[in-house]
Amino acid sequence: MSSAMYEHMRTNPKFQELVRRRGRFAWTLAIIVLTMFYGYILTIAFNPTSLGRPVAEGSMLTIGVAVELFMFIFFWALTAYYVWRANNEFDAMTQDLIRDAWKENK
Amino acid sequence: MSKIITALALLGFSALALAADAVGATEKQATNWHAIVMFCIFVALTMGITYWAANRTKTTADFYTAGGGITGFQNGLAIAGDYMSAATLLGLTAMVYTQGYDGYVYMLAFFAGWPIILFLMAERLRNLGKFTFSDITAYRLDQGKVRTMAAISSLTVVCFYLLAQMVGAGQLIKLLFGLDYNIAIFAVGLLMMVYVTFGGMVATTWVQIIKACMLLTGGTLVMVLAFSQFGFSFQTLLEKATAVHKLGPKLMYPGSLLSDPVTAISLGLGLMFGTAGLPHILMRFFTVSDAKEARKSVLYASGFVAYFFNVIFLMGLCGILIVGQNPEFFEGGTIGGKLIGGGNMVAMHLAKAVGGNMLLGFLAAVAFATILAVVSGLALAGASAISHDLYARVIMKGKATEAKEIRVSKIATICLGFVAIVLGILFEKQNIAFMVGLAFGVAAAANFPVLILSMYWKGLTTRGALFGGYGGLISAVAFVVLSKSVWVDVIGNKAAIFPYTQPALFAMPIAFLLAYIFSKSDSSVRAGKEIEAFEDQYVRAQTGFGASGAAKH
Repeated sequence: MSSAMYEHMRTNPKFQELVRRRGRFAWTLAIIVLTMFYGYILTIAFNPTSLGRPVAEGSMLTIGVAVELFMFIFFWALTAYYVWRANNEFDAMTQDLIRDAWKENK
Repeated sequence: MSKIITALALLGFSALALAADAVGATEKQATNWHAIVMFCIFVALTMGITYWAANRTKTTADFYTAGGGITGFQNGLAIAGDYMSAATLLGLTAMVYTQGYDGYVYMLAFFAGWPIILFLMAERLRNLGKFTFSDITAYRLDQGKVRTMAAISSLTVVCFYLLAQMVGAGQLIKLLFGLDYNIAIFAVGLLMMVYVTFGGMVATTWVQIIKACMLLTGGTLVMVLAFSQFGFSFQTLLEKATAVHKLGPKLMYPGSLLSDPVTAISLGLGLMFGTAGLPHILMRFFTVSDAKEARKSVLYASGFVAYFFNVIFLMGLCGILIVGQNPEFFEGGTIGGKLIGGGNMVAMHLAKAVGGNMLLGFLAAVAFATILAVVSGLALAGASAISHDLYARVIMKGKATEAKEIRVSKIATICLGFVAIVLGILFEKQNIAFMVGLAFGVAAAANFPVLILSMYWKGLTTRGALFGGYGGLISAVAFVVLSKSVWVDVIGNKAAIFPYTQPALFAMPIAFLLAYIFSKSDSSVRAGKEIEAFEDQYVRAQTGFGASGAAKH
């Protein structure tokens, strides 16, 4: 039964659409996180002085601390964005796909 | 004498974290009654929950995954509870206290793995897995061989991590509660066995949830009380802190900790992908009902982790002034000398300074609860590798009854508990700082590559998975043994053969490469079938159709 259902889903163009859309979205976000994180680590290793400067004249807050606080918030916001889109848009597409497959299976 | 520094390094994720502050302290402290009373309340509460959970733990699904009935929010708290160990609280506060900004950088490395786990793994894990992550790696491959390999590397990770936690726990409890080392080890081992054997995943989850709430509350309270002394002004706090700290203005400046790019990248990879290969963390994804809840789990967990790291950053900075300028907290009363109880006591001293003995007692109880929550999660993951993977699937080939499988997992838990107690006592005075690094290295190099390839790469065959998995395991262990932390510090040789302390950057490519080469060159009929079977697995991974659902109670 399952295998037939999987076959129906695989051949449904909606499946290709779901996989393409979600895959592109997930990888884009992942690449943003990886690039920022390893970029930050490499900056610390190769150009630490740039992160030690204050954000403004007389401020004790350095660029490094500000950038990192931003990353904590930004990465979490990206997870929230992913969860929101996946739990609405992608899950709806998935439900639709499974319904189609049941119909075909009858 | 083993040092408390070592102990805490073990509790945390890397020896590097605490290498900067090598002040040792082993003396037993005066018995701390506030802490003991509060800890007893915690134990009584969790025992009540265990009793309640025991009545609800009947099937294997109940035992391993709480019947899939945990909500995303609960699981998020439990993951945060599982992930943040006692060293997160104590070790990282101390690191900010001595190193300032470097400690903050470290925390981002602990955090950055979570978004990646969500984007690339969480829903596929939930859609394909049932009880253990080997369910996924062995989904379309040879059950016996691949599960054996996955169980061996899981148990390697669990044993090293567990041992590290036990030794650290003994040292820490001796210090915080004034209890004897052996008594502390027995208490932790026995409580862990009771939670897991009777309450399974339900009890373990609730221990982790309660602990996470205690940790978040305690940390926030200390931070708010301490920060209020500076009028909640980051500017004032930093002006005062840089004026008195020995690093001066360099306090907020990248220091020596991550100055070597190879070590920095390797550490980043190890923390990020090690997290994604820890069996007790992966197991948590099977406790929720579907992919939707799995995603929410990561959202909540990463939110709590990110929040708490920033709390710790502020605690460490406040500690520089409140603890670091108070002679009461230094041995002999000399400011800048040795902190009473060792360098990692900053968070505890800070609690005492801002909230008196009550808050100190509460925070000490939190630290003990934290250890229990982490070792329980580890014991359950280890027991499931033995009972679900090795016993039920490899030895009995799926023919074991549920009752028998549960019995085996309970026996396995008790055995693991005793092994942990005995090794904990034997290793009391050993330098085992390398063990957590090893656990993360093996998780990143043996578990993660095969797991991610099995979900993403059609071409993976049994032969490739075995070479990749064992290759990663052996190379991660070999790199750690040949590195300074074992070759020089433990065995006592003069110079390390492998020049870096972090194995991930080297062991991970070996695992991926071996898996690729030996899959590609595998032209057997079986390999062909395995590649063909990817199609159905792929649809299930993407849609969740056919995934094991929540058990009805």
